[in-house]
Amino acid sequence: MMSNKVKVLLNGIVTENPTFVLLLGMCPTLGTTSSAINGMGMGLATLFVLVCSNSVISLVKNLIPDMVRIPCYIVVIASFVTLLQMVMQAYLPDLYQSLGLFIPLIVVNCILLGRAESFASRNSVGLSALDGLGMGLGFTLALTLLGAVREFLGTGKIFNLTLMSEDYGMLLFVLAPGAFIALGYLIAIINRFNKA
Amino acid sequence: MKKLESSLLNMLFVLTFVTVIAVGLLAVVNEVTREPIAAAAMRTLNEALKQVVPAFTNNPVAEADTLENGFIVYPAMDGEQSVGTAVEATAMGFGGELRVLVGFDAAGNIYNYSLLAHAETPGLGSKADVWFKEGGRGSIIGKNPGAETLSVAKDGGTVDAITASTITSRAFLKAVNEAYQAYHGNVDAATGASSQATATQQSDAHTAASAQQH
Repeated sequence: MMSNKVKVLLNGIVTENPTFVLLLGMCPTLGTTSSAINGMGMGLATLFVLVCSNSVISLVKNLIPDMVRIPCYIVVIASFVTLLQMVMQAYLPDLYQSLGLFIPLIVVNCILLGRAESFASRNSVGLSALDGLGMGLGFTLALTLLGAVREFLGTGKIFNLTLMSEDYGMLLFVLAPGAFIALGYLIAIINRFNKA
Repeated sequence: MKKLESSLLNMLFVLTFVTVIAVGLLAVVNEVTREPIAAAAMRTLNEALKQVVPAFTNNPVAEADTLENGFIVYPAMDGEQSVGTAVEATAMGFGGELRVLVGFDAAGNIYNYSLLAHAETPGLGSKADVWFKEGGRGSIIGKNPGAETLSVAKDGGTVDAITASTITSRAFLKAVNEAYQAYHGNVDAATGASSQATATQQSDAHTAASAQQH
């Protein structure tokens, strides 16, 4: 028997993976995964915000009247995103340069509001943080995988390491249509294994 | 603890309270990170300056001059001798604004350049950071935009455009040409040409730049 905590953690990584199973947050998924490192950066940024917002929302869940809960959650999430943006700009300027455009998009990523609404507002602080960690890791892994596949097919590199000559790369995969094609095939493959 | 009831007073109070806390927190973080953000931007600029102009002894950032048309000109001096000028120029690339720092030596030839910020497609337009440098396929180093306006081979020019990224290449060369015009106007003003002549030259430059866009 798996303990409850492990189950909550694995839920986000495998059973209800936000990208491959829940299909939430498609905008940052498709937009940022032109390379493995960009996908991973976006995933980690989302992970940080998700853990923080889940914990805080779970902590104050009883203080927030039901009818105004959505605006309150949005304010909490937006605050953490802005905070992250300023800290990254100050201390990780290089990463900020490549992800800067996408950080504000975390606010409207439905994974965050979705987890706040369906998990954090009903469970304890510890479990909510774990759920945020699991979901964030699942999102990070999915984005890194998708980024790696696209980078490899498009330019022959993974994490900037050349694996095959760039001349064989299919530029399509680095561009927007390649994001849809690669994501579609990845979901198909993962569904095949989930069924088995 | 029982959940707070959704009465008007409760809702007003909670919403106000949550917002005030958020604003307070962000104000503090903004205050804390303001200096490091400015320092990081300054560091990037200084690194770029060292690359794009010959070795200098002055502080080009402190002596920078912002022209009326928005270009920022950084003079590089070795002692009293002017060794070059760096010009910050922008153009609309494929994915957004392309900010380039272009360095000219004292004769007006391109010494080097650095991409300060861009939003070009990774793997395609993003190659502009090395493509036009020494050893790159479309090297513009040593060319003088005053002698020949730089343009890609497709437009009848002499510069090899980045493969599959003609829009980025055009934008980049436009920024370089405009940087040269800004630099040129600035040098003339410094050598004591009459202000009228400089103004004419600048408007000529402007006409040339806009003609080239079409």
